[in-house]
Amino acid sequence: MKKIFYKEWDIASQTYWMILAVLAVISAVAGFAVLHMEHSGHWVTGMSNQIVWGTPHVFAVFLIVAASGALNVASIASVFNKKAYKPLAPLSALLAVALLIGGLLILVLDLGRPERLMVAMTTYNFKSIFAWNILLYNGFIAIVAFYLWTILDRKMNRFYKAAGVAAFVWRLILTTGTGSIFGFLVARQGYDAAILAPWFIIMSFGFGLAIYMLVLSDFFRLSDRPLGDSVMFRLKNLLGVFVAASLLLTLMYHMTNLYGTENHAFEAFILRDGGIYTALFWIGEILIGGLLPLAIVFHPSLGKSRSWIYAAAIMVIIGGIATIYVIIIGGQAFPMAMFPGKTVIASGFYDGINGLASTYSPSLAEALLGIGGGVRMLKILPMSMADEVADPHSAS
Amino acid sequence: MKTTDQTDHKRRDFLKTGVAASAVTLAPGIVMHTAEAAPRDKAVDSSVRWGMLVDTFKCASGCDSCVQACNEENGLEAYSMPEGADPEKWDQQRPKWMRNVTLKDNLSGRISNLPLMCQHCENPPCADVCPTGASFRRADGIVMVDRHTCIGCRYCMMACPYKARSFIHENVDIKPELAPRGKGCVESCNFCVHRLDDGETSTACQDACPENAIIFGDLNDPNSEVSKALAEYPSVQIRADLRLNTGVRYSGI
Repeated sequence: MKKIFYKEWDIASQTYWMILAVLAVISAVAGFAVLHMEHSGHWVTGMSNQIVWGTPHVFAVFLIVAASGALNVASIASVFNKKAYKPLAPLSALLAVALLIGGLLILVLDLGRPERLMVAMTTYNFKSIFAWNILLYNGFIAIVAFYLWTILDRKMNRFYKAAGVAAFVWRLILTTGTGSIFGFLVARQGYDAAILAPWFIIMSFGFGLAIYMLVLSDFFRLSDRPLGDSVMFRLKNLLGVFVAASLLLTLMYHMTNLYGTENHAFEAFILRDGGIYTALFWIGEILIGGLLPLAIVFHPSLGKSRSWIYAAAIMVIIGGIATIYVIIIGGQAFPMAMFPGKTVIASGFYDGINGLASTYSPSLAEALLGIGGGVRMLKILPMSMADEVADPHSAS
Repeated sequence: MKTTDQTDHKRRDFLKTGVAASAVTLAPGIVMHTAEAAPRDKAVDSSVRWGMLVDTFKCASGCDSCVQACNEENGLEAYSMPEGADPEKWDQQRPKWMRNVTLKDNLSGRISNLPLMCQHCENPPCADVCPTGASFRRADGIVMVDRHTCIGCRYCMMACPYKARSFIHENVDIKPELAPRGKGCVESCNFCVHRLDDGETSTACQDACPENAIIFGDLNDPNSEVSKALAEYPSVQIRADLRLNTGVRYSGI
């Protein structure tokens, strides 16, 4: 294997400033959305006392889940000793941290009292998985930052393997924690399931890898560096495996629910009668996020086309956001089963009158907050990727 | 911008006078209560467990006296729809500590009415999930929110099996002394804790019910009215399957 050379991201400075400007504008718009929301209160959002977590949470959870998945490539290099992936590891680690910070920013900025972040960082209820997640997120950033150091600094190289293993184990625990935010909720039928934790882990593998593949090919294309087919083909095969595994867990989740009569109404809501949620499930989650990318990456000719692989990665991301939307919003929209065997025919607080789901339509402010968090991570990259992008020649 | 102001100024003036009589102002915003508010000087303990029995046989269709009394007591209607808000959406965003629910049995068609609010669980899921511990259960069984440490994450609202909690979606201009509250925090029924801490033994909803369908009291005292009623009539917990040992019980559903 050739020696690895890392070189700064040498794109035309005009392009660089253009990218930076576009990202700055989007971040500024998101910033205004936050100010508007925090000044007026959450009534300007589509969130309510019926649907308490909305679009910001969809984006935040997607990014946090994707963050741990973006570390895949680095883990394959360090934990599983695949040398071909080693040059790609720094981008992987940096992307993971950036995605996590993007997701966390959304969560924090959506709080009713974001100025009390210090309370959240200093006052813990250790029975809360949310509190544990705060520790897991901070730990992830610290461990991955150290891991990055061991990759890039020759003096720190002796800790490389240990740091890689620690980061890998930590990211598994982190996504378990994220899935458990919903898995531990006994109140609602869409949640309260242990399978959510492994399902989130598998989703994280797919989402993170898809984002990584897009960033990798864009970075290389913009700077006219050759990116070998073998790297992309390995990655797309891996993406296919993750997408298939995710479909399997989706199937298991719904089959388990369908077996028990108590969950039939919930399943009918998601799979058949839920309107937007049903559409997002079948078209977004299953078709765009699952079957289509799977067909593309394993297709004898499409699977060899770089453009199609790129498209498949985009589909995994779109399908991923749809999946999280169905889980988070759909899970809340379905009325809670408080009175089995009875129908609520009137209520002063909605409560699913005659089985009707809660309504929710995201407002511009919360959508902008979510999207703003999403691109925030990209903003970091061009500025700090300076010496870290792998030389593509040694990757093949 | 507010369009209406529904505050009862007479009541507020009366309350202010009451506070002035029993408290000494040390500095602006710092008030020391004098000894006459004796129960507030003692930490609550588990010798008392506050609880409630709702007799749905008595709960009348179309009556919302308890809900009105709750809103009045806790200042839940002391502000109104912000300008430019969509009325339908706003209605889903405004806080409700207590609401009326009408149920129809799927088999028999029998109709029952009941008020629904925080069930004051012995093992409250809201307190389990709260990252900062702002949601907590007092030793005397009251589940409430510490508004100094609530960060407004709403995870408790995701966790509550009764949808009993409300997030404050807008600025609250008028804050009743009894129930201080503000934008960005979560709140819910607290069994009129301010009354109990002042030595009273009833809630606003109980006092307001014309049918005496709500019986409130100490579940630990076998001679309390609520304990006697619970011993006499069959009653259930809502979502008993979760084994939360709720402080609110219902008969007739």
